[in-house]
Amino acid sequence: MSETEWTPDQPIVSIKDVHKSFGDLEVLKGVSLDVMKGEVICIIGPSGSGKSTLIRCINALNDIQAGSIQVEGQEVNAPGLDKLALRKKVGMVFQQYNLFPHKTALENVMMAPLLVLKEPEDEVEKRARALVKKVRLEGKEDNYPGELSGGQQQRVAIARSLAMNPDVMLFDEVTAALDPETVKEVLVTIKDLAAEGMTCILVTHEMGFAREIADHIYFTDRGVIVEHGPPKTFFKAAKDPRTREFLSQIL
Amino acid sequence: MAMLKSIPGINSASTTDMAVLKPVSVATPGGASDINFSRFIADLPWWLLPALAAIFMMWPLAAYAQSTYTMADATSALVKWLPFLVFQGFVFNILISITTMALGTFAGVVLGLMQISPNRLISKPAWLITQTFRNSPWLVLLFIVMLAFPFKIEIGGLIIQIPDWIKAVFGLSLPIMANISEVVRGAIASVPSGQWEAAESLAYSRQQTLWRIILPQCFKRMIPPWMNWYAILTMATPLVSLLGVEEIVTLSRQAMAAENGRPELLVPFYGFCLVIFFAYCYPIARGTIALERKYTVKL
Ligand SMILES: Nc1ncnc2c1ncn2[C@@H]1O[C@H](COP(=O)(O)OP(=O)(O)O)[C@@H](O)[C@H]1O
Ligand SMILES: [Mg+2]
Repeated sequence: MSETEWTPDQPIVSIKDVHKSFGDLEVLKGVSLDVMKGEVICIIGPSGSGKSTLIRCINALNDIQAGSIQVEGQEVNAPGLDKLALRKKVGMVFQQYNLFPHKTALENVMMAPLLVLKEPEDEVEKRARALVKKVRLEGKEDNYPGELSGGQQQRVAIARSLAMNPDVMLFDEVTAALDPETVKEVLVTIKDLAAEGMTCILVTHEMGFAREIADHIYFTDRGVIVEHGPPKTFFKAAKDPRTREFLSQIL
Repeated sequence: MAMLKSIPGINSASTTDMAVLKPVSVATPGGASDINFSRFIADLPWWLLPALAAIFMMWPLAAYAQSTYTMADATSALVKWLPFLVFQGFVFNILISITTMALGTFAGVVLGLMQISPNRLISKPAWLITQTFRNSPWLVLLFIVMLAFPFKIEIGGLIIQIPDWIKAVFGLSLPIMANISEVVRGAIASVPSGQWEAAESLAYSRQQTLWRIILPQCFKRMIPPWMNWYAILTMATPLVSLLGVEEIVTLSRQAMAAENGRPELLVPFYGFCLVIFFAYCYPIARGTIALERKYTVKL
């Protein structure tokens, strides 16, 4: 293992020339991007362009065939990777929430710190209640996921992920399955997080939100990053015809 | 008693309006056909029981009209032997079925968990064992176990005779084990993969994910097919009479022999066996269907 000491002035997530195939289908064809600590980046692009695959590679839910992904200097693609250590650093929120339906909202938030981090229960409960409050779900602690709306479930999922005290948060189209009315409450939660300095990597179709919150925007198409830049230049002066076509369709 | 709590989305309707929450599969493990046996039994009307009993008792009258043997004779013969058939015979069938189910369930759960192991050296053999015993004739399995098993085992200086019924239990356990293995595998597979991924991304180990997240969600879904297999097994216990185990069918034959082997008794006596199995399995089948309805996830 090439264990070079990571310092916060280096990218917290560093992706270099990543290739990923499912069987014969090459989904990522040499993707590179760097994320600094505290940065918020948004990945946009047409469906099937490999956005989910890319961020799932960051916490080793998918493996990669070539290239390198480093999180805080640690190589994710290393053969002897300690996946659990990686996943303690990287939180992930999914489009379908994936809350544990047999546990209440509070239990959903408390379970991983208790079971995985083996922290004392009273401490975990205090933190979990604070997180539930932070995602504006006070009073819903004892509700089961089935009793919550989609937007509420998604905020529990965010709190559940935050309970592990991650350094990086991945969001994979977390508002795509929501009713229009509840999209906003989830976006507000993410905005709060970003404002507190959490490093966030988001896949999203909410262009207004991306423009408002992102430090940097990446546009992917068919497994490559076609174009990227800070939101101001990206939205006003997209150069590549593919980007322009995508933006004209979605805006 | 935590398992009996009402959990929306697991055992009662969920109030959420989100269509996207629908899990990939809402069916019972292995599909609805899993409990077809119970469904058939449970759909039969309850009055079939007295109706069958009446037909079996009248049979001698109709079939042997010219004979001197009357229905009263058949009835009194059956009544005389009834306590013997029930308490020596049928109770033994139940004992065999319960012991077999306990053993088969234990082995089946282990085998089912092996089937979903990420290690192919474990999952492949488990799959092969499951398929082999699921698709073999029960009677053949019984004979093999019967002949392959030693008649007695020696522990230290102690010689223990293995009674035939214990060997029969081992034989019947094999198909039960294989079918329970499939129930377990199917139930686990019916949990949406997002649950695994969510747990994985929260740094749960595989074991933690399985025992804390996945199995608690599908435990209830395994109960109806498990009960279904119990009813099928109970109905199959007379097979062991072919091996000389003294259960209800063997004892019926003995009783009829003691009544001079009158042919008029065949239908009432075997009919009684049929009725008593039906009476025992009917409530189980009704319960299976009721639970199935209750536990089917409605999201
Ligand atoms: N587990 C998988 N097995 C096979 N193909 C997959 C798998 N996951 C994704 N793909 C394929 O990879 C491509 C990119 O998928 P994805 O990363 O989900 O795209 P996006 O998130 O941009 O819509 C799609 O063609 C999809 O069908
Ligand atoms: Mg996607």
